[in-house]
Amino acid sequence: MVTKDRSSFKVIGTRPLRPDGIDKVTGRAQYGADIRLSGTLSGHILRSPHAHAVIKSIDTSKAEKLPGVKAVVTGADLVLPGKTLDELPDLSANVLAGRKALYRGHAIAAVAAINEQVAREATRLIEVDYEVLPVVLDVRESMQPGAPILHQAMRTRTPSGPGDAPSNVVAHTQVINGDIEAGWKDAVEIAEGDFSTSMVHQGYIEPHAATATWNSDGQVTIWSCTQGAFPARERTSTILGHPISKIKVIPTEIGGGFGGKIGVYLEPVTALLARKTGKPVKIQMDRDEVFEGTGPTPGTSIRAKLGATKDGKFVAFQADLAYENGAYGGSAANYATMCITAPYDIPNFHLDAFDVVVNKPRTQDYRAPSSPAAAFAMEQLIDELSEKLNIDPLKLRLMNAAHEGTRGPTGMPYKRIGHEEILEAAIDSPHYKSPLEGPNRGRGVASGFWFNVALRSSVNVSVQPDGTVNLIGGNTDLSGTRASLAMQLAETIGVAYEDVKPTVVDTDSVGYNDVTAGSRVTFATGIAVHEAGNKLIKEMTGRLAETWQVPVEDIEFEDGTFKTKDGAKSGTFKEIAQAVVGRGPGLTASGSVNAGFLQGGAFAHHIVDVEVNPDTGKVNILRYTAIQDVGTAVHPSYVEGQLQGGAVQGIGWALNEEYYYDEEGRMVNSSFLDYRIPTTLDVPMIDTILIEVPDPLHPFGVRGVGEPPIVPPLAAIANAVARATGVRQYQLPMSPRRILETTKDVV
Amino acid sequence: MQARNYVAPSSIDEAVAALQAGNGANRAFAGGTDVIIQVRENRRAVDTLVDIKSIPELIGITHKPDGGLRLGAATPCAQIYRDPQVKARFPALVDSASLIGGVQIQSRASLGGNLCNSSPAADSIPTLIALGAIAEIAGPSGRRNVAVEDFCTGPGQNVLQPGELLVALEFPSPAANSGAAFERFIPRNEMDIAVVNAAANITLSADGSTFQAARIAIGAVAPTPLYVAAAGQALAGKPVNDDSIAAAAEAARAAATPITDMRGSAAQRKHLVGVLVTSVLRTAIDRARG
Amino acid sequence: MTQKVVSTTINGEPVQFLSEPGGSLLTALRDELGLTGSKEGCNNGNCGACNVVLNGELVNSCCVLAMEVEGADLLTIEGVAQGDQLHPLQNSFLENAALQCGICTPGFIVAAKVLLENEPDADEARIRHWLAGNLCRCTGYDKIVRAVLDAAEQMRQPAAT
Repeated sequence: MVTKDRSSFKVIGTRPLRPDGIDKVTGRAQYGADIRLSGTLSGHILRSPHAHAVIKSIDTSKAEKLPGVKAVVTGADLVLPGKTLDELPDLSANVLAGRKALYRGHAIAAVAAINEQVAREATRLIEVDYEVLPVVLDVRESMQPGAPILHQAMRTRTPSGPGDAPSNVVAHTQVINGDIEAGWKDAVEIAEGDFSTSMVHQGYIEPHAATATWNSDGQVTIWSCTQGAFPARERTSTILGHPISKIKVIPTEIGGGFGGKIGVYLEPVTALLARKTGKPVKIQMDRDEVFEGTGPTPGTSIRAKLGATKDGKFVAFQADLAYENGAYGGSAANYATMCITAPYDIPNFHLDAFDVVVNKPRTQDYRAPSSPAAAFAMEQLIDELSEKLNIDPLKLRLMNAAHEGTRGPTGMPYKRIGHEEILEAAIDSPHYKSPLEGPNRGRGVASGFWFNVALRSSVNVSVQPDGTVNLIGGNTDLSGTRASLAMQLAETIGVAYEDVKPTVVDTDSVGYNDVTAGSRVTFATGIAVHEAGNKLIKEMTGRLAETWQVPVEDIEFEDGTFKTKDGAKSGTFKEIAQAVVGRGPGLTASGSVNAGFLQGGAFAHHIVDVEVNPDTGKVNILRYTAIQDVGTAVHPSYVEGQLQGGAVQGIGWALNEEYYYDEEGRMVNSSFLDYRIPTTLDVPMIDTILIEVPDPLHPFGVRGVGEPPIVPPLAAIANAVARATGVRQYQLPMSPRRILETTKDVV
Repeated sequence: MQARNYVAPSSIDEAVAALQAGNGANRAFAGGTDVIIQVRENRRAVDTLVDIKSIPELIGITHKPDGGLRLGAATPCAQIYRDPQVKARFPALVDSASLIGGVQIQSRASLGGNLCNSSPAADSIPTLIALGAIAEIAGPSGRRNVAVEDFCTGPGQNVLQPGELLVALEFPSPAANSGAAFERFIPRNEMDIAVVNAAANITLSADGSTFQAARIAIGAVAPTPLYVAAAGQALAGKPVNDDSIAAAAEAARAAATPITDMRGSAAQRKHLVGVLVTSVLRTAIDRARG
Repeated sequence: MTQKVVSTTINGEPVQFLSEPGGSLLTALRDELGLTGSKEGCNNGNCGACNVVLNGELVNSCCVLAMEVEGADLLTIEGVAQGDQLHPLQNSFLENAALQCGICTPGFIVAAKVLLENEPDADEARIRHWLAGNLCRCTGYDKIVRAVLDAAEQMRQPAAT
């Protein structure tokens, strides 16, 4: 489906300024908390101080009597007609708890008041009678018989049907390939380990914020810094039992999401409060609410074993993967089964994956969800095999790398992919070729995979009287997608980038768009843009045929120019557009696609040099290179930025980030002081190498680029630490404390 | 919660009166980087916030004729570490003042505030103790002096009585052939609370071969920053060598009674006390030898 | 809790606003004055998104009481550009693709401006140290540091006459 010779790209591959840039460097851009409607009330949420408790009663009367309080709502307000509080669906109960609080920070009630001070004061006056229950925080403990049960009605979904007793295991998924027993017989060297990672947060700098109005005719408008205005509308409609057509979600600028702003938290609550008060209501979370009350990514426990022949061919892999889904069901472990073997051609494997609930916040996606922890296990086993077999770690990966035709993440064979190409680039990289010298230093490498989702996108384009084109989309711009989409439209219709004006609009103003997530927008919305552009060209060709009085077939469009085959008549897109728009009806087109579940998949490989302080256990990142198959780098600067940002998030995850709980299940480090995301001083420059192996599923060969770069760092750094210290790290984070514990026995 | 009132007295007497009026519910602040946040996050209830930055005596750096130093309690860290004479003569103060928060914090936060906040992990208190600083306190019944090692009485608690205000920190002139240093250990490279910190102030013999005196203090390993007299005594009269340093480090380790929390384990902290005391002693020796 | 009038100068203009005694400068800027370019990321001095310049010093406006700025001189992100003329740092952030989501960008630009005005020759190490109180979660800092280095170079060029 790659329709264009890449060397002929005029716009794709250049580095123009982003259209929303000036607003963002001058402070004018409107983010979630910047919405200011006349007469807006301030909301605040009361959250559970307990990680697991029955909510016996909630008395809001004192809060309601506080002067300035306009409304108080609880889970009871989310019960739909004909239902009871016991039947509150998970989606609703995570927004305002039903019968139970399932994690510390679980929203219990919300207040709207004349200002924030009063709203906060009122939440303190709400009296909740809790019956505190035993807490389970560890994923393996939660799977044990006798563990405190979060949901009495939950029965494990297994390959052989549902379980027969209450369980915290949401689902047991099995994926089997080949003959694992035969594989072990062929294996000469085996590496195995018991790996675990901690729950971590996406750590976007902008706290969630939403503002809602509810008019007397039932028309609801919600401003939200969501990653997906359309899914937010759907979920709000479901939770409130209000017709979807009566809800409009206006996406504001969004200050980071990384998957964490896919879920709804404030949207239904502000709408509910707006309904009760008849006034606009705005809620902005505090930072500790973001940590404790939104959706971090699961902690994991992965037991894995990899076998290879003496020549280094992987022949058998087995893994038992348990993922914390937080307080409610999810499919994090299931995702992991799609990723853990995906970079390699392994004839025999057997995966058992367990999605498990624990008394922690309901998890959400975080950049390549589930894959980093899987790679933390797999890529360390490969490193161990490379030492045992005395084969260079990159060459060992290269000889086993997945390629076109290898079984892909869903069992279907891959189309064209670039894992081999990036490994070759890594071997040839200045970083890998330069020696690393000095004591306490080590170099680590690791590959990573993400399947990249595609899903549904819609855009509208309309030609202006001066021949420029407006591009209307519905995907919030997290990191430059206005630019990357405008560039694809400019490429399609042969105009300058500056002649395309992209705008992100609300759910009433464009067709359906799935979330800005999964590295799908530049890919799937790019396909919609390409389709809309081609429709414009077709429409213009038709009108031009009348104007020029030639048959349609006689008109060609190439390199931005319409011309008759004999060359007698010609005009650029802009010239023709000006002529056509001036005379006929408006010139518009739309592109609307369902690009399927998956893109072609994307691979990253990272090289890192570390130095481990033997006295303090602190790991210092000396040098870092991120290599990735990016398909086609539409805007190389923003592609590089994705690789760099993902790598640094991975560095934080590897070294210091973790949800730290006390025994009662209280997160005790819910601030940017003690939840330690990397600062400028903690990382070096991140070198990038962009490899372009076009994805045949996209007209310009685009692959999603945002997710893969967070996958390799955990394992790459662990491999580097192992080489620097001689001690393999099975547990994240590799904090100074843990390094001292494992290398110096400081316990 | 928010404070209910804000006042900015222009004299110490007015400040003392304002603090006294609250019966303990009013609180002085300088940079506000601790107090404003603690009040906002309901970690401290305050009725009136008393902004002491308009009191001339509380801001400023005075290098005294006898070589001593007087720091107004509200003097921002940035002003301290930019002062050329402080840099030259009290480098350990620069070590501490340039580590408290980021530059946005250092432009406001003061050493007096750091002391009055009385965190066990405070990044200036071990240095103040090692340097032998005296806290000058004004109160309803006049002024009194308290040695900094006696100032803190528990996490967030200190000797200040209702109505009392820290006015200044007084430092004796550095002795000949002396040197001091401060270090902390944090998991990141900035913007963190110390897992452990340590300061040392040593005086060497004129030929630099022997310790004559030493003051060593450690933080984040007890309910208050600790002055470890035994560690200093272990050095007095001893030759400058690895064994002496190790003995001092061991004495400091023995004095530490750390806990395990999100910032570090007890064992890690004990271990780090030895590492940091060794390190600050080496830096202090280098500085003493010029 | 009675509100009081605070008189100050913001971005060169004399300004008066009402504030609660315990209200923060950040809240006053955003809610009273509509200067929403200063962002709240943590509200406790750990992210730098609310950075403003107070009497020439870089501060977290969330850690300053509104009452404290009586008679002060303030610069916010809204005052960094001169009319339609972007500051070299603003241009450099755009040209270097030094922002992704952009929420931390105002804080970084304000912080970097104070640095470069005081230390026009700041090198990478100095820039990284100075900006350690500004968190960015999108970029990994690489392009931000490069943007500041580039802007420093431009600012060192003698103005064309």
